[in-house]
Amino acid sequence: MTLQNFTLGTFSQGAAGGATAFESIATATPSGVSTITFSSIPGTYQHLQIRGIGRTARVATNDTMNIRINGDTASNYSFHQLYGSGSAVAAQGSATQANGEWGQMAAASATASVFGTTIIDILDYASTSKYKTIRIMTGWDNNGSGQIWLGSVLWQSTTAINSVTLYSSTTNNFATSSTFALYGIKGA
Amino acid sequence: MPATYEPIATTTLGSAAADITFSSIPSTYTDLKLIITGTSATNTVQPRLQFNSDTATNYSNTSISGDGTAASSTSQTSAAYMRITPNSTSSSTIPVFYNIDIFSYTGSTYKTCLLVGNADLNGSGVTQSSVGLWRSTSAITTIKYYMSSGNLNSGTTATLFGIKAA
Repeated sequence: MTLQNFTLGTFSQGAAGGATAFESIATATPSGVSTITFSSIPGTYQHLQIRGIGRTARVATNDTMNIRINGDTASNYSFHQLYGSGSAVAAQGSATQANGEWGQMAAASATASVFGTTIIDILDYASTSKYKTIRIMTGWDNNGSGQIWLGSVLWQSTTAINSVTLYSSTTNNFATSSTFALYGIKGA
Repeated sequence: MPATYEPIATTTLGSAAADITFSSIPSTYTDLKLIITGTSATNTVQPRLQFNSDTATNYSNTSISGDGTAASSTSQTSAAYMRITPNSTSSSTIPVFYNIDIFSYTGSTYKTCLLVGNADLNGSGVTQSSVGLWRSTSAITTIKYYMSSGNLNSGTTATLFGIKAA
């Protein structure tokens, strides 16, 4: 399958109303592409948040999702997850990975119009003295099956984050109506 | 044009009521966030939501919970309401806290929510996270919050926020 990039390198001004603590930076609607990249992220915020709904073309009810920072493909990621399937609770984690796994979204075998949803918080993203910690809440429900995931990802780099890529671990394309929005949160 | 993150409406009950309902929700945002804190007339009843007055069995939910001794996961299928928490965790004296995120509420997909409920009653309690589904492609214009039984107490506060993407 061809890997295609949906890249946002420039940003709209966001909603009018003057500067506020929570500002919209960019929105991606990745229909028929396998990655979303928010690039050229300004370093003027304290934290970032990504909110969205997604569904991939994987032939299954769900698909595992990954995050990559600044295009870093080295083994600089680790993650831990707590998740529930509606009948059982489980936990997992991995260290020294080439990407951060952040949970699962719905996929092509789920009921039509079912999408997964997520909130990804990237804390102190512009710091040049700290590793970067990412907090995730994500899930999908298919009325009889589903998963809710709580996770954390560590990117072991003190480089400021200027690029975030989201993609399916199976490199399947995002479905039409998938949408992810990047927000900046300012400190005092 | 709305700001990126702004309150749409706040309700604080001056007397007990069966529910808090937000109606005529503007369609100008991308996501909604509902923050609720309060008590209920009856202990250990279940907090619930309904959208657009839909009382058909169009709701489902998958949850994960911790009650201080064990973790568990449960699901709800084809229900007539979206449960905020699977456990009946409300209290008549100690406020509980619910945070509900509703995504792409005007979009053409089924509506998905992430729900968090927290109740600590000093010796009992629960923290719960859920994903909820309303199987409707209609835009959400009304949200009703209520308990499985009995009233919401005076002082219960609910605030609806709108979040606007670029």
